[in-house]
Amino acid sequence: MRGYLRGSNSQRQPRTAIQVSWFETRGVAALLTMRDYPTLILRRREAPSRRMKARYFTNAGPPMAFYFVQFLTGLASAASLFLVASGLSIIFGVTRIVNFAHGAFYMLGAYVAFTLTERFAGALGFWGGIVAAALVVAVVGVLVEMVLLRRIYHAPELFQLLATFGLTLMVQDIVVMIWGPDDLLGRRAPGFKGAVDFFGQNIPSYDLFLIGLSPVVLGILWLLFQRTRWGVLVRAATQDRDMVAALGVNQKWLFTSVFALGVFLAALGGALQIPRDAVHHALDLRIIVEVFVVVVIGGLGSIIGAFVAAVLVSELNAFGILIFPKISIILVFLVMAVVLIVRPWGLFGKPEAAARRTPGLTVNPWRPLTSAERLMSVGALALAAMLPLFAGNYALTVGSEIAIFVIFAASLHFLMSVGGLASFGHAAYFGLGAYGVAFLAKAAGLPMIVSLLLGPVLGLLGAAVFGFFAVQLSGVYFAMLTLAFAQIVWSIAFQWVSVTGGDNGILGVWPDKWAAGPAAFYWLSLAIAAFAVVVLRVIVFSPFGFALRATRDSPLRSEAIGINGKRVQWTAFVIAGTVAGIGGALFAYLKGSVFPDSLGISLSVDALVMVLLGGVETVSGAVIGAIVFKAANIWLVSQTDLSKLVLGGFIVLMVVAFPKGIVGTLETIWNRRRSTEDKKSALATSRVEVAE
Amino acid sequence: MRRRHLLGAGLAIVVAGMANTAMAQSEIKIGEINSYSLLPAFTEPYRKGWQLAVEEINAAGGINGKKLVVISKDDGGKPADATTAANELVSSENVAMLTGTFLSNIGLAVSDFANQKKVFFLAAEPLTDAITWSKGNRYTFRLRPSNYMQAAMLVEEAAKLPAKRWATIAPNYEYGQSAVAVFKKLMSEKRPDIQWVDEQWPPQGKIDAGPVVQAVAAANPEAILNVTFGADLVKLVREGNTRGLFKNRSVVSFLTGEPEYLDPLKDETPEGWIVTGYPWYDIKTPDHDKFLKAYQAKFNDYPRLGSIVGYQTIKAAAAILAKANSTDPEKLIAATEGLSMPSPFGEITFRKIDHQSTLGAFVGKTALKDGKGIMVNSVYRKGADYLPSDAEVAKLRPKD
Repeated sequence: MRGYLRGSNSQRQPRTAIQVSWFETRGVAALLTMRDYPTLILRRREAPSRRMKARYFTNAGPPMAFYFVQFLTGLASAASLFLVASGLSIIFGVTRIVNFAHGAFYMLGAYVAFTLTERFAGALGFWGGIVAAALVVAVVGVLVEMVLLRRIYHAPELFQLLATFGLTLMVQDIVVMIWGPDDLLGRRAPGFKGAVDFFGQNIPSYDLFLIGLSPVVLGILWLLFQRTRWGVLVRAATQDRDMVAALGVNQKWLFTSVFALGVFLAALGGALQIPRDAVHHALDLRIIVEVFVVVVIGGLGSIIGAFVAAVLVSELNAFGILIFPKISIILVFLVMAVVLIVRPWGLFGKPEAAARRTPGLTVNPWRPLTSAERLMSVGALALAAMLPLFAGNYALTVGSEIAIFVIFAASLHFLMSVGGLASFGHAAYFGLGAYGVAFLAKAAGLPMIVSLLLGPVLGLLGAAVFGFFAVQLSGVYFAMLTLAFAQIVWSIAFQWVSVTGGDNGILGVWPDKWAAGPAAFYWLSLAIAAFAVVVLRVIVFSPFGFALRATRDSPLRSEAIGINGKRVQWTAFVIAGTVAGIGGALFAYLKGSVFPDSLGISLSVDALVMVLLGGVETVSGAVIGAIVFKAANIWLVSQTDLSKLVLGGFIVLMVVAFPKGIVGTLETIWNRRRSTEDKKSALATSRVEVAE
Repeated sequence: MRRRHLLGAGLAIVVAGMANTAMAQSEIKIGEINSYSLLPAFTEPYRKGWQLAVEEINAAGGINGKKLVVISKDDGGKPADATTAANELVSSENVAMLTGTFLSNIGLAVSDFANQKKVFFLAAEPLTDAITWSKGNRYTFRLRPSNYMQAAMLVEEAAKLPAKRWATIAPNYEYGQSAVAVFKKLMSEKRPDIQWVDEQWPPQGKIDAGPVVQAVAAANPEAILNVTFGADLVKLVREGNTRGLFKNRSVVSFLTGEPEYLDPLKDETPEGWIVTGYPWYDIKTPDHDKFLKAYQAKFNDYPRLGSIVGYQTIKAAAAILAKANSTDPEKLIAATEGLSMPSPFGEITFRKIDHQSTLGAFVGKTALKDGKGIMVNSVYRKGADYLPSDAEVAKLRPKD
């Protein structure tokens, strides 16, 4: 014990000083590789004096107690994470909905609980308020499920994500309208206000309560799933929902009840946070990504997995900050990346069953444009190119921005619709392209043309490296691994201040004189966007495109005819990443500066929304999706402070009105009309024949 | 086919939206950008502040007889969106100058835009030293006391503490990093006997307070420097109170005395922290009384620091426009350099050397009164006294 004590003391003291210089010189990249770790330990051991060693921990009690308390603190953090994650996991398992609004329900739970616990004092008021808040929000969840989600269960995969994303946006503005902009401080829990002394270390008694609560919830859920008929149905549906439907189970109510339970758990998790957190309008985003990560690490649909993953993530965080205080910013993503590479379905997940549906039946058949359509496209492009003749500088800059996002959305659309690979981290390659340009233009001082050509190479390299690992997975696991990679790239840009400027970004990346005018830049962006879309279309209808679609539709059959699926997908990933990088390169010049934002989650989500809005089962729907979304976004942000509410409402409406995306729905209507016309004329001919 | 057609149609709509921007001759327009939707807790009082200023200015006859109009845009907390908004204000609204911004990176993005497009920019809130020093440019001025100035004010008090073992807790981004770096540098100059025993870098907005508090406690510092704010601060204070982290320890904390951050702490407010802030209930000067009365009469609410910043930003803009008697950016710059004006905190001057205003801040200690956090023993520190020497500043700032 004594030796252990001394060892840990001697290591802690100088760590701080060394680590700072180490961070400054090498940045996070070194941290990721851990190359320097041995030297770090060596240097640590040389530094401290005996006297300092003795001083450390003087009042803090024995270090074993400290580590134990740190462990308990980690467990307490795990509790709320587990509650929210288990809800998300159950919902996904049964309904296959990636419920982006789960964080919003968590936040609503906290807000409603705040109001109720302020209103009703006393122990009963507090605990009753917590449970009542969760119930109230669960009712809201039921309404959302019945009114909105039921309409779109048959929409393409991930389309429900778009609806729940719209809801999330709306809720963010609504809570500010109802509860005001200030951070709210809830009451402490009656009976759990103080701390328990453990060998000189204080453990908040509320933490102990939370630690006790999560196994209880786990137990209740286990009983619910193992011992009730409803639980059996839920498990059956998680495993094979088509079969459950075939056996005559009313899926509607099964889905609604599952959604209600999931939302209840999320809201409970939020409500239980009010004694230790502030209630504010950004709670949802804070939790949602982390919860996705926990669910994926644990394995989708697995409650035990969610529990273990929540504990794992929280404990790693609790102990990680002792060694690398700056690591907590990406720790969960590092863990997820490692877990997914080693275990592609999470710790407790099972491989997803192969999809049963035949895409050819639901999708409008793809075909190249006819000559007339080509002419019309060229005409529309020429029309767009005439914009500088009558529009002002601002409109041209907005036009350039829209054109850039057309490139970005088209690249993701290529990956999603042709490759069947939905990336949640596509902004990484967009941002890498932007940073590539910023490095070349600022550090190397290269002219714009050269930077524009070489900048996207950084996106290409990133896509080549990350894509290699990502395409080994599929479905949501693929999505989450791409998200993890994007977050890792983001945090490198964020923390490697000496190279990337960190949060303050790289400034002064302005275009050369020939492209500095808004009209010139607009033409440049428009030309590159048109070129990118055309090239991607050509690839779709090339032999490579067919191989990619074959791999998407039936991995087994395509493998049997000799297509190397993984390599085809990897190539597609690299193509998509490079095109995104081209968009990012232009974006850097448009804005004149590059920030870690351009690698961030919200940009990835924006791209996803554009693709889904346009129609994921179309050839080029993302073009329309990007134009509509970006134009609406810029216009709304400029016109109203409630842009999130309006934009969210707009998205929800679009989802209901165009369940296959804008272009997808229009195409379906078009095809239906044409096929009925065909039938009519066929009927007419046969009648004539009969008459004769 | 359709998609390209829509591209044209979509842009046509955008264009149509901008047709109604005929500029009235009897108006002067100021373009204002801030993170209204992302940070309502800070930007709502800020908005009220500038609205009051606009009302007062126009009631007093406007700017050299012209009516002042402020066109306000939301940046959603994203630098790229802020640039779009700046472009709209400059290109289609034809504003005379840009003002506002809260986050440092957005302030820098707009400042770089202003430099490129040769537009006058008065940054209101961003604290980063870079905006006036390492990345400063001739088109950009800044109102609020910078990171460096606030650190220097706090160091003055912190150096008097007997504590020798210090730990730091700061959000892991540029603001937190540079606040800690400046504080450490200035502190170590004054007190070479100090040791830095631990540092914690929770992600902004995502502090896992329990482990952080526990880790700091384990390092057993005698004093703690805190840079977290907002919801992170609430969590930190709660965990720290429960676990006894602040017992018998001195705490020095950036911005915590500002009502925006102090008020949410309610009865959990820790006592005796040395903080910078804005004790509006405790300032007894005629300048401030006048502001306070007008603000409370108009909004039936008490001002936050954001109100002061919003109010003074537009007051300063008006003073600049009145003195320049022109909207030409070069004339505006010439008018601003060395310009002095009254403010609720007393007279301030925009320095010629680095375009920083000498607006100061209050330094005091936190205390609890009637279940609410307040600042006591607060003293106003003039910004001019907490800036480095001109020779040093000249080295920090790139030549124009």
